[in-house]
Amino acid sequence: MNHIVIIGNGIAGVTAARHIRKKSSDKITLVSSETEHFFSRTALMYVYMGHMEFGHLKPYEDWFWKKNDIDLLQDYVTAVDTDNKKVFLKTFNSLEYDKLIIATGSKSNKFGWPGQDLDGVQGLYSKQDLDLLETNAPNKNICRRAVIVGGGLIGIELVEMLRSREIPVTMLVREKSFWNVVLPKGESQMINEHIREHHIDLRLDTNLVEILADENGRVRAVTTDKSETIECNLVGLAPGVSPNIEFLKDSGIDLGKGVLVNRYLETNIPDIYAIGDCAEQREAIGNRKSVEAVWYTGRMMGEAVAHTVCGHKMPYNPGNWFNSAKFLDIEYQTYGWVFPESDKKGYEAHFHWRHPKERMCVTIAYHKDNKQLLGINTFGIRLRHQVVDRWLTEEIKIHLAMEHLRDANFDPEFYRNYESEIVAAFNSEFGTHIEPKRNNRKRILPRG
Amino acid sequence: MNTEHLKNNSMSLAGEPPKALNTGQKLALVLGMVGLAILAISLFNVSFPNKSLWLSISLLAILVGIFWFSFAVYGDKTKGIKNDGVWFKSISGRGLWAWLLGIGLTIFYVVLYFYPQYLGLAKEGENSGVIALFDPLSKLLGGVPASQWFVYGTLYTLAILGFGIKFIWKYRHNRYEILRTISVMFFQTSFAFIIPELMLRLNSENFSLPYYDLKNIWPLNYYNFERYRVDSFISSGDIGLAFLIFGVLSIFVITPILTYKYGKRWYCSWVCGCGGLAETAGDPFRHLSDKSVFAWRVERWVVHSVVVFVTLMTTAVIYSYLGNDTSKYWLTKNTFLIGVATILTLVFAWVMIYKRKELQKDAKYGAIGYFVIIMVLIGLHYLSRNGHVFLFRAETLRSSYAFLIGAIFSGVIGVGFYPIFGNRVWCRFGCPMAAILGFQQRLFSRFRITTNGGQCISCGNCSTYCEMGIDVRAYAQKGENIVRSSCVGCGICAAVCPRGVLKLENGPLEGRINPTEVLLGNDVDLMELAKRK
Repeated sequence: MNHIVIIGNGIAGVTAARHIRKKSSDKITLVSSETEHFFSRTALMYVYMGHMEFGHLKPYEDWFWKKNDIDLLQDYVTAVDTDNKKVFLKTFNSLEYDKLIIATGSKSNKFGWPGQDLDGVQGLYSKQDLDLLETNAPNKNICRRAVIVGGGLIGIELVEMLRSREIPVTMLVREKSFWNVVLPKGESQMINEHIREHHIDLRLDTNLVEILADENGRVRAVTTDKSETIECNLVGLAPGVSPNIEFLKDSGIDLGKGVLVNRYLETNIPDIYAIGDCAEQREAIGNRKSVEAVWYTGRMMGEAVAHTVCGHKMPYNPGNWFNSAKFLDIEYQTYGWVFPESDKKGYEAHFHWRHPKERMCVTIAYHKDNKQLLGINTFGIRLRHQVVDRWLTEEIKIHLAMEHLRDANFDPEFYRNYESEIVAAFNSEFGTHIEPKRNNRKRILPRG
Repeated sequence: MNTEHLKNNSMSLAGEPPKALNTGQKLALVLGMVGLAILAISLFNVSFPNKSLWLSISLLAILVGIFWFSFAVYGDKTKGIKNDGVWFKSISGRGLWAWLLGIGLTIFYVVLYFYPQYLGLAKEGENSGVIALFDPLSKLLGGVPASQWFVYGTLYTLAILGFGIKFIWKYRHNRYEILRTISVMFFQTSFAFIIPELMLRLNSENFSLPYYDLKNIWPLNYYNFERYRVDSFISSGDIGLAFLIFGVLSIFVITPILTYKYGKRWYCSWVCGCGGLAETAGDPFRHLSDKSVFAWRVERWVVHSVVVFVTLMTTAVIYSYLGNDTSKYWLTKNTFLIGVATILTLVFAWVMIYKRKELQKDAKYGAIGYFVIIMVLIGLHYLSRNGHVFLFRAETLRSSYAFLIGAIFSGVIGVGFYPIFGNRVWCRFGCPMAAILGFQQRLFSRFRITTNGGQCISCGNCSTYCEMGIDVRAYAQKGENIVRSSCVGCGICAAVCPRGVLKLENGPLEGRINPTEVLLGNDVDLMELAKRK
């Protein structure tokens, strides 16, 4: 019986553990210093907002681990001895393994700003960060203003959290428009408007220069490159994350930005694998980044590595890219590749539709020459994953996607649908005469 | 360090954001309380000079108070999910206010069911107290003095209307929720409240329909086929007979057809009065339901036991008043028992032959339930004498059901404990109608909640806000459709999902239950994977 040690109990590590247990009776130990039980990291914000209690973030009841014979060890791995197949722990001394899966996730970036380690300056990644935020910003009397640095997904989450307690928030965004390193212009513009609609002081094209301290070493203000000083009691740093791999520095495991792995998620050392946010593909897969810090890819890698660890080598073979997020009230889904102007491929063209009043828009990317559908972004409209995924796999033309657009709608029943408006806009832009067809179950859910 | 300190266990309503009340909310609350205070004062037999006026002031103050409160909460906010601070607020986070409200409601129900005289109900002569205050309205609608049930019905309808508007405001971005809420508001006001009162006006000496809320279907309406009702249906000529036939058809024909097409939601969250109250006044408590597997196990045992109980009770009651002589009436004790046994056997045989796989080990429990009922039916036939069913009299069965299930479970526990155990305790653990609809929903319905491929982030909003305590996430994160007998189709899981993962829909039975081997996202050779198994 092998002993499989998994470092990290996030979505990647836990998915690996569950799938290994389905396939084998090996001894499995999940090590994490963060929390005893697995929780949904992406939902931490809802605890601060009072939508859920921390217990609700746990996808499995506490008896699950014992029942499935997965050992949990709350401890911190300080180093890995690959020669003797051992990991060293902060309190438990050490642990021997036959196979080791590294799933240690990310840590918040800090870019060496003066004052970045003051009290009242923090990121939002871990359970500990959440607890810290509760101390730093329990209400609007103690935290009279917060400054959030970074215009990405964690930045906007932090802003939404603080606004739920009516704390005034200033958001410093380096880019000229919110998240325009990922979102095309029209979408990014709509989110700018929505952020301001929520009474958030959004400062675009603005960089943090320095964080100033009061006499107790707590943050009192920040200065920006627009020569402004903004008084605040909290600075939220959200300029992205990077792999959490410092403890592997001297282990002999090949490291780049993250733990370098091949398509089987194997490192250079036999019996050691890396998955999730901390893994870096030696060669990026398709248009994907070599480090993918996304919930879904962590889960997919966990599924794949479980097969390999159990003796059936299976490559990490992600299908069509997809992702989703929520910006305050607006849901966002993306399927395939829709690049922003700055990254747009030479062959890529966009069709964009935006609702005249509601916070809704759609961007569809297609190939300039052969009109192949490349990707779809939607805001305020839900799409059916299965349908769009099949369109992308079958490399259908954008015209067919337009004709069958109703098949892809996943909004709740009785919602107003906008396919006819979208297709009408498409027709007038391209001089086509496409009639959107009624949705059809046989096309949506083909059998066999 | 945790969020415990944020729980407001003090009496103060002015806490920290986001749980504090703003000025508008406070004033609205005062107005609503004034309305309630008038009702409370009337309890002490303070005789109001002009009952109609004071009753109108009271009810209007409550209604306007609720509207105003909703406006103060949601008026200046953008459209979207409004769950900020739900767990911090004392009233919705099992704090002191929740307990006080729970105790208050429980006392109200105990008095209502068992001590109506304290509300001012007079067996003879003039009503007094709060019931007297409602006399003018009752006379206006039904032409008779008020009873405790009229008072209750009025307040119940008021609650559904007032909090229905609040709910619509809260979910104004969601047309499914809006339409559903308008529907329960309509059915409560017309079918449950006004129509039965108007029907009372039709009654005369030789025409006497029983009080009948047409949407209240047996077995939820467990007394529908009791002797006094059946007698008065039959004695009221064609109209009465039509109502009786409608009562039978609604459970044996209408219900199965609609449940097949739309799932049990057509009833539980679009029509039913219990559901109506739970979805409107009970909405602030939906997250308090227990999601553990243990609670699910308890639910299945308890709710199905209630079904067995109500079936037996109703059979025994009808049996007790039927005769033995076919020449007098075609339906005799024996034909009735054989009929019941035949229907049950057909249902049971159909399930065992066609749906055994889907039920798996639950089939065993189903078989036990079926066996118990059949044995009792046989027992009825051979052992019953002088109106006894085994050792019990049919009347004893009936009155114990009315007391235990009809009053204690559905009223005292079902609503009284809203602020502690959530708003669907009755629907989940007690309602035999929900159990029968759920049985069909699980086995023979087009309804399901579709899961959107791989987009789930396991955040838990769906499970937390499921009033029926379904662990929705457990299915969603596996990419599995949700086909659960208890789901009432309220649609809130889909509404609160931040990633657009869930959709309630009706579709073909084939492929409705879909355990997936690999989540959408990983491209694997499925044939290869299947070979390894």
